[in-house]
Amino acid sequence: MRTIKVSLETQFPNGWIGRMTALNTVLKSDTEIDYNVGAIRADFPALDLKINGHPLAFLDSGASAQKPVQVLDRMDHAYRSEYANVHRGAYTLSQLATDNYENARMTVANFMNAKTPDEVIFTRNVTAAINLVAYSYGRTFLRAGDEIIISHMEHHANIVPWQLLRDAIGVEIKIAPIDDHGNFLMDKFEKLLCPKTKLVAVTHVSNVLGTILPIKEIVRQAHNIGAHVLIDGCQGIVHEGVDVQDLDAEFYAFTGHKLYGPSGIGVLWGKLDLLNKMPPYEGGGDMIENVTFEKTTYREAPARFEAGTPPIIEAVGLAAAIDYVTGVGLENIANHETQLLTYATNHLAEIDGLRIIGQADNKAPIISFELDGVHAHDIGTIIDSKGVAVRAGHHCAQPLMDRYGLVATARASLGMYNNTDDIDQLVDALNYVKDIFG
Amino acid sequence: MEDDIRELYQEVILDHGKNPRNFRHPEDATCEANGNNPLCGDKLTVFVKVGVDQNIEDAAFEGRGCAISVASASMMTDIVTGKKVAEVDALFEIFHKMCKGEEVVETPEKFEDDLDKLVVLSGVKQFPMRVKCATLAWHTINAAVHGEKAVSSE
Repeated sequence: MRTIKVSLETQFPNGWIGRMTALNTVLKSDTEIDYNVGAIRADFPALDLKINGHPLAFLDSGASAQKPVQVLDRMDHAYRSEYANVHRGAYTLSQLATDNYENARMTVANFMNAKTPDEVIFTRNVTAAINLVAYSYGRTFLRAGDEIIISHMEHHANIVPWQLLRDAIGVEIKIAPIDDHGNFLMDKFEKLLCPKTKLVAVTHVSNVLGTILPIKEIVRQAHNIGAHVLIDGCQGIVHEGVDVQDLDAEFYAFTGHKLYGPSGIGVLWGKLDLLNKMPPYEGGGDMIENVTFEKTTYREAPARFEAGTPPIIEAVGLAAAIDYVTGVGLENIANHETQLLTYATNHLAEIDGLRIIGQADNKAPIISFELDGVHAHDIGTIIDSKGVAVRAGHHCAQPLMDRYGLVATARASLGMYNNTDDIDQLVDALNYVKDIFG
Repeated sequence: MEDDIRELYQEVILDHGKNPRNFRHPEDATCEANGNNPLCGDKLTVFVKVGVDQNIEDAAFEGRGCAISVASASMMTDIVTGKKVAEVDALFEIFHKMCKGEEVVETPEKFEDDLDKLVVLSGVKQFPMRVKCATLAWHTINAAVHGEKAVSSE
């Protein structure tokens, strides 16, 4: 457990408290919070890096997060001392690897409050998880003329698989609109729902705007007309976590590498009875019951959807990452990130000519912005020279960029390890950009 | 590093980036192509009027992009006007090498003035991810004059 009680004075430079008070934001100097960001930072080796002579201010966790030493060491140990293929050998190491892999599934199931680990399918990433549903569920349960609703905020991973399905079987895709601040428009969404709606596939949190969608209400409305729901949780689970039984969607997908775990592993959670009605997506070893050249029968979920050797050590690493964030406490992390979001929003707003894109009422710690007369890519290159890492571009969400008439934005996305120094370094670096561009 | 940044964002680049030359859509263009840099979302359309003897009588562009890509397009449209298509091909080859930091073995004397101007863009060689920005317009004009409709610098 790293939830050590410390006062603010010991955590942050003195100047910060003064500034926060002046801004009249959420924190007061006598507040105590259960969060020691210094101790957390010490767990992430990458945060010690110097980039171009400056300390790294890593503000791109929304693209992929850094990894704590607990994840790195766990994976290293598993490769050195616990490695063999899973579900195959009758020898000690194979049993150990299999136990690790299945325990990781249990860890994920507990983390999401799944009814059973059998509902947890390991995939390559969130993209693979959504494609699995689009292919296996889509071609089994959907017919020409059926409608799928996605939101205007989706990234390409939750657009393109449905377009492939549309081109293959003739479903229609409807877009749930958003307002200029980036709020999901519940009333407009309700008007799109109709008897033809069979699936609603929306993100939990927008990777560009930071909007937290009212997913529970979306599920309720969709279920009212008998539609199924898939939630893309790759940004949302990091900030809010998920209780899949409470949420009651049919599918929830996320990726490991944004959750401080390794790349190469994602999760598709689905309701078990539905998963077992879906045909396999990929064929191969491990997913079969019996194979003859005439006929093959398939195992039930999750094995049915995990053909071939799975990402064994990545699963172990993901479990270690989940242990790490639950040890700190998801709620503590969210509180810290929300406070830092307020701090960052206030300080960025003080920069003349800076415009924040996405000001939804309920927001995760993601700040997309434009700077007058400076393209996002130039911002990215110049602030990198000051050690600041942000994403610049269309964030794999081109339809959303078109919605706001943008070609690109810069995006700072915060993680559990960011602190006010990172934000100050960003602000200073942006002033340097302005200095260069005059 | 900050020297590299200052070299990349020289006054002349910032000036072309803010006030691009030949930023228009000529009615009498004989060919055009779209250039797309999917990494950062730069999108350019280059218009060219090719006359008799493959002579480029006019070159212009429209679109949105970073300072480097817009400055490069602006300078390019100035430089190629009055040249033959084959000369632009040759100049592009040399410029491409400059941007990638590769050695340019020989530079024809007739290109000396042009390369003196273009050298300001060679600061991108310190930033491998930005080479595509500097060369996007050139890839695009190449596509236009050789009959391709679109080019992606991915």
